[in-house]
Amino acid sequence: MKSVDYDLVIIGGGPAGLTAGLYAARARLNVILIEKIVPGGQVLITDWIENYPGFPEGISGPDLIQKMTEQVKKFDLNIESNEVISLDLSEPVKKIKLSDRTITSHTIIIATGASPKKLGIPGEDMFFGRGLSTCATCDAPFFKNKIVAAVGGGDTAVQESIFLTKFVQKVYLIHRRDQLRATRILQERAFANDKIEFIWDSVLTSIDGLANVEKITVKNVKTGETKELSVDGCFIWTGILPNTNFLKDEIKVDNYGFIIVDSNMQSSVPGVFAAGDVRTTGLRQIVTAVGDAASAVFSAEHYIA
Amino acid sequence: MVEGILEIDDGIFDAEVLKSDKPVLIDFWAPWCGPCMAISPLVEQLAGEFGDKIKFVKCNVDDNPISPGKYGIRSIPTLMFFKDGNVVEQVIGIVAKSKLEEVINKIL
Repeated sequence: MKSVDYDLVIIGGGPAGLTAGLYAARARLNVILIEKIVPGGQVLITDWIENYPGFPEGISGPDLIQKMTEQVKKFDLNIESNEVISLDLSEPVKKIKLSDRTITSHTIIIATGASPKKLGIPGEDMFFGRGLSTCATCDAPFFKNKIVAAVGGGDTAVQESIFLTKFVQKVYLIHRRDQLRATRILQERAFANDKIEFIWDSVLTSIDGLANVEKITVKNVKTGETKELSVDGCFIWTGILPNTNFLKDEIKVDNYGFIIVDSNMQSSVPGVFAAGDVRTTGLRQIVTAVGDAASAVFSAEHYIA
Repeated sequence: MVEGILEIDDGIFDAEVLKSDKPVLIDFWAPWCGPCMAISPLVEQLAGEFGDKIKFVKCNVDDNPISPGKYGIRSIPTLMFFKDGNVVEQVIGIVAKSKLEEVINKIL
């Protein structure tokens, strides 16, 4: 009989992947975590987290990831920097094709997370890094005392807009509805912040400038009216798409590409699980991602046994 | 300073980057930038692998605003590749090591 390389291969090193690694290492599974870039995922670009229990003062995204990484290293989790090219799930022993070799495993946990969604408007590609950004913690200090726009109405858009006001003179917060979707405490802070001016019922239609962002065009979706705003920067937080480029049609996904799982985090393929932002769910938080991951490892252990 | 990576300031930018006889990879970063800290081990690894062919430098944008300003940097981490004093490639944000290797092999 051909031997199998691993009990479990975890794909992705954000909060879900690292938590899966923690549980799997403690369960003494023969496990490897494959991370494409560096551990952290979207949390790395999150300035401040105050809804993750155990940190009453709040904690920065990079600090939280550093603590999570330290914790898994204590249990000798094997983390490899590599890229998953594709999966072959046609047999009970799964094959994971990496950039330099193929490994086999009894189970897989997909925890590849999600990335900011593009709007698909003129100027978006051209001005990325030239005033257009999706990371306030990286770029806000470049806009000291300047005027910027932020697009979106969820937790990320509102939280990061509030963060921007520490640096900028003014934030236009552009949202396509007439009310925010963000959690109430963030809404209250945003409404109380006199550096934030709300532009309701509006969408961004273009970004213009010479070398850098100089102005944007917004359209009111109710009246159809368009107007131009002079801004030095524009931050887009209008949602996310799952990081599932390495998948074709091996497992069932929803219309947006998020992996469909049952309450045990089991996907449509036995032995393949998904955890965190990459799965279909109504709420995407660090706490839900780490909970998913613990469940997924528990299910993987049962599957192997 | 990490071995193989030269920390530069605005005063020596021209001499170390523009007048370098080897191609230069410059990492614009700042201590408050989590993603910059996250990719710095990747840059260190690359410096270990390609240090003989490429000069690796870092520039703290907080202490040295002139050089990043001159190149219109509004987003970090930004990795810029210089050859004979000209920008030949630019990579913004956190990217995989394989992507950086691809760019390096292109410019070599």
